[in-house]
Amino acid sequence: MNNALQANTCSQPDPGAVSVASGGYLGHTDSAWTLADHLGAIGVRLSIGRMLYRVTPGLYTLGTPGPDAPVLVTANYKLSFDQLRRALAGINAWILVLDTKGINVWCAAGKGTFGTDELVGKINECRLHERVTHRRLILPQLGAPGVAAHEVRKQTGFAVVYGPVYAADITAFLQADLQATPAMRRICFSWHERLAVAPLELVLYFKQLLLLGLALALLSCVPIAGHFWSAFEHRGILVFLLFVLTGALASLLGPLLLPWLPTRAFSIKGACLGVALAVLGLWLVGPAWSVLRTAAWILLLAAGASHLLLKFTGSTTFTSPSGVRREVRVALPVQIAMGLVGLTAWTAAGFLPTW
Amino acid sequence: MKYLSKDVSLRLDVDRCTGCKMCTVVCPHGVFAVENQKARILDRDACMECGACALNCPVAAIAVNSGVGCAEAIINGLLTGQETCCGGDTCCCAPKAS
Ligand code: SF4
Ligand code: SF4
Repeated sequence: MNNALQANTCSQPDPGAVSVASGGYLGHTDSAWTLADHLGAIGVRLSIGRMLYRVTPGLYTLGTPGPDAPVLVTANYKLSFDQLRRALAGINAWILVLDTKGINVWCAAGKGTFGTDELVGKINECRLHERVTHRRLILPQLGAPGVAAHEVRKQTGFAVVYGPVYAADITAFLQADLQATPAMRRICFSWHERLAVAPLELVLYFKQLLLLGLALALLSCVPIAGHFWSAFEHRGILVFLLFVLTGALASLLGPLLLPWLPTRAFSIKGACLGVALAVLGLWLVGPAWSVLRTAAWILLLAAGASHLLLKFTGSTTFTSPSGVRREVRVALPVQIAMGLVGLTAWTAAGFLPTW
Repeated sequence: MKYLSKDVSLRLDVDRCTGCKMCTVVCPHGVFAVENQKARILDRDACMECGACALNCPVAAIAVNSGVGCAEAIINGLLTGQETCCGGDTCCCAPKAS
């Protein structure tokens, strides 16, 4: 069905798509990624136009699915949809796209938009009962925090089967008669996942990094004696560049080195990284700073990196809210105190005879 | 990798459990095992309180205070009294797996 339709699965409804009488959207797609899909996948990782990266929710045909073809459910975040259809290359299947407001399966399940009610609603809207003869839906396992499988069955007759965590395992899962190996059930936070989120961290905090660097550079010219610009040229520029570089490095290395940074607490991991990078930077550049200024610098970078990694809990796949709550309660006041003491010492260092 | 675990809120009511194994299917961290028709918590430390097991247990034998383990959401919560993940439509965890 809909063989003639081209893959057109972006946020605009496909003009050639069949709109079902009851209002459900029906479209066709294929497994191949176009150049735009590849560029979009890179852009979305760097949070360029992330909010617009959506697919129209509804039912899609992949290949030429018959009434006994499997039905796979995903979110309308385009990257979720793209990863699924690419993983399904060569398979005839139905893809049911839930309206998760453009958010991926995992986050949407946590918020409840990838949820029982939305799934039941879409099944009815798209008249899935008439399109397939079996009564089975394959959901990504990471959708389970939002969907009660037994409720869906009670309300629609469709049995929910949780597939693997990663879309890449989906064909193996289908070939194994819907059996997932234990490894397919586990979420890992592997180095390539960390590599994928690291640049996002940098993009996310780059503006703050520039502003903080500028503030430190300006404060390094206090007290203003004589010509401000010559003082700024003298040391302000170095301070700015060193801070931004060290900070950028911390935001990239933090996620990458996460398993090897000491302790389980993210704030301590970050503080250690901050101290190490601050010391390394000073050692490489070797500015003639007073002890007070050097100490202030290390303290400030430790506080900054500690906060950065504390925030990074939101991008990981293993931190529990009660653990994070406890860590925030202890770490946040310490980070603020370190920042204030560091800034005071940094400014005060200007009044020493040796800068 | 594991996170701080002293206060993971996961609770299992073994008497209610029918041994259906749903919790072992949905948990992405291998927290449960089912032996002799009864679920058992194998690795409490690994639980990230996602709530999948509690929601999918057909006899409500599992309870957990679920939420997002995201410092930004929790800091927002301290400031505004409502835990939202970075606020609004987007989410701080958007680039994660599928
Ligand atoms: S899902 Fe509930 S009933 Fe089923 S094995 Fe787990 S605890 Fe027992
Ligand atoms: S809350 Fe999530 S991580 Fe914890 S045991 Fe249940 S399914 Fe596993």
